[in-house]
Amino acid sequence: MHAVNKSIPHTLNMSSIRQTIESKGSNILNIYFTAGHPTLESVPVIISELEKAGADLIELGMPYSDPLADGPAIQRSSEIALRNGQTIAILFSQVKESRKTSSIPLILMGYYNQLIQYGEEKFVKEAHDAGIQGLIIPDLPMEVYESRYKDIFDKYGMEISFLITPMTSDERIRQADRLSSAFIYVVSKSSVTGKQEDLSEEQLSYLDRIRAMDLKSPALVGFGIFDRNSRQAVNRFFNGVIVGSAFIRALEAGQDDLPGTVRVFMEGL
Amino acid sequence: MNTPTSGQYHVDENGFYGEFGGAFIPEMLHANVDQIRRQYLEIMREPDFISQFESLLRDYVGRPSPLYLATRLSEHYGADIYLKREDLNHTGAHKINNTIGQILLARRLGKTRIIAETGAGQHGVATATVCALMSMECVVYMGSVDIARQAPNVARMKLLGATVVAAESGSKTLKDATNEAIRDWINNADNTHYIIGSAIGPHPYPDMVTRFQSVISSEIQSQLLAKTGKKDPDMVLACVGGGSNAAGAFYHFLDTPSVSLVLAEAAGKGVHSGHSAATSILGTKGIIHGCRTLLMQTKDGQITEPYSISAGLDYPGIGPLHAHLITSGRAKVYPVTDDEALEAVKQLSSYEGIIPALESAHALAALAKMEIKHGSVIVVCLSGRGDKDLATYLEHFTT
Ligand SMILES: Cc1ncc(COP(=O)(O)O)c(C=O)c1O
Repeated sequence: MHAVNKSIPHTLNMSSIRQTIESKGSNILNIYFTAGHPTLESVPVIISELEKAGADLIELGMPYSDPLADGPAIQRSSEIALRNGQTIAILFSQVKESRKTSSIPLILMGYYNQLIQYGEEKFVKEAHDAGIQGLIIPDLPMEVYESRYKDIFDKYGMEISFLITPMTSDERIRQADRLSSAFIYVVSKSSVTGKQEDLSEEQLSYLDRIRAMDLKSPALVGFGIFDRNSRQAVNRFFNGVIVGSAFIRALEAGQDDLPGTVRVFMEGL
Repeated sequence: MNTPTSGQYHVDENGFYGEFGGAFIPEMLHANVDQIRRQYLEIMREPDFISQFESLLRDYVGRPSPLYLATRLSEHYGADIYLKREDLNHTGAHKINNTIGQILLARRLGKTRIIAETGAGQHGVATATVCALMSMECVVYMGSVDIARQAPNVARMKLLGATVVAAESGSKTLKDATNEAIRDWINNADNTHYIIGSAIGPHPYPDMVTRFQSVISSEIQSQLLAKTGKKDPDMVLACVGGGSNAAGAFYHFLDTPSVSLVLAEAAGKGVHSGHSAATSILGTKGIIHGCRTLLMQTKDGQITEPYSISAGLDYPGIGPLHAHLITSGRAKVYPVTDDEALEAVKQLSSYEGIIPALESAHALAALAKMEIKHGSVIVVCLSGRGDKDLATYLEHFTT
């Protein structure tokens, strides 16, 4: 895997997502935003500000016309990004640009149809060449990944994360553990993205159950993490958190001063 | 109810029709979809289920629906044209065959809340109806554009006790209503069953909906046999949105090559006008609503916004069974424009005294576009009645 990484023409020394999480161990902060939102030019700015402000990982959403797993905040950001003219080709060039100065591991999140249309291997190769370390494709079933794409991901050293939810069986959790080369994405409750509620007893016992399974992959908790309290509530269970919709809402409100908005948001976490 | 069949046109054990189908869904839906996948065939084969389903279809829906030899239309085309009168069903379309089946299934799965998407409002009304019948909570998602153009059906759903939620994203039509319904299902996975209204969505929905609708072709066979002494026609013709009435009308003829299967899809203002829903021509392979099929999309994989005067055909994809039938050559497709469909509405109304739904009129309009063998026996699935489209007809026919 790392032999392949050396072929990237970047001068910066990048580590894998898995290494980044494992070397820090806990309190990982993974921030999601949609590429092309609030403006077409914002990707490199937001990446650089997040890195400066102490994010450990960044998840870049590839805006999609039909984001089934996403709530209103991410849907709206996708619509705006598409209207701004964001495409996958543009995203790859934005990432290349960012890579001149930034070494934070980057994860792309998108829907399976986007990969199919781009050409799956071409997508993985070009994402890798641009300086992307991992992918999350929520509607790509684990079985299909294993039988059709795992070899391609391995060839380019591309890491992947699978989602688990409170309704996921132990057997599938084990499968996600085995196949996730980056981290396991623990969806804190059965919902689309963007819900802000305190953790319920039920969720706590779900998180306990997963922790007790003693998984080999690191795990990050996403969905419903929006401030310091919600972050701390789950940090004690796993390696860290993923924050998305709350950040999107902040960017939308504070788009006149993106660097300032990112700093203030990160301080609040 | 329908003998399980296997063959090249039936779903395989992995949920595929050839290369189409499957279940490409986020993990949040996996448990629910998998529960249905594991149980649907077993439930549909329970004697108790079968007898409940059949007695509701008979006493509540009014089945069997007549197979009517349309004499003046037959004369016009020089063939024996039979209309399968799904328009005479309770609630006015074929959609209720599926909602009766799925609500009985939902109860056996222990679900207490029902959600649905709707385009023309026919599936929404059919869902609200069975929810009233079974006293279950019902939420229907409908694009705000469709809410405006199908007002009578919105009023019906509300009267039946359903909550109608406007989908405001994207083109604000059927595709977006389906997205919203799926999101609702993700948020309420434990107590809710999603009654999908067409032969679309993740496996096993296309197969399950097709089986519930297959009562149409099973009746066609016995009715034709009684009328003509032969159970197989030369051709079966149906309109296709997602494909449930077509799948139901084709089901028992899939493996009989002498029966030609013909689909009419919505070409809107013209296939290449930029305002069309002609998926078989404009579509490419990809994923929509959890299944691999043909869909209209950009090179970047963004699903494009379809257009048809008919809200029920205004969908950028097509059910995976139909994608397979079309690409394998088993079924032929005719694109039909808004204007051609409106002509067919006038024709059927004046020739036969039957005002068809706009969707069904697409199938009738295809007759004028094909070469018809003299004396052949053709069955057209008249999927619904035109009451819901009266406002559109008034607008086009009185000026
Ligand atoms: C009367 C009627 N026919 C046909 C359709 C199209 O659906 P399908 O292709 O699933 O039969 C609809 C959808 O709303 C309808 O109302």
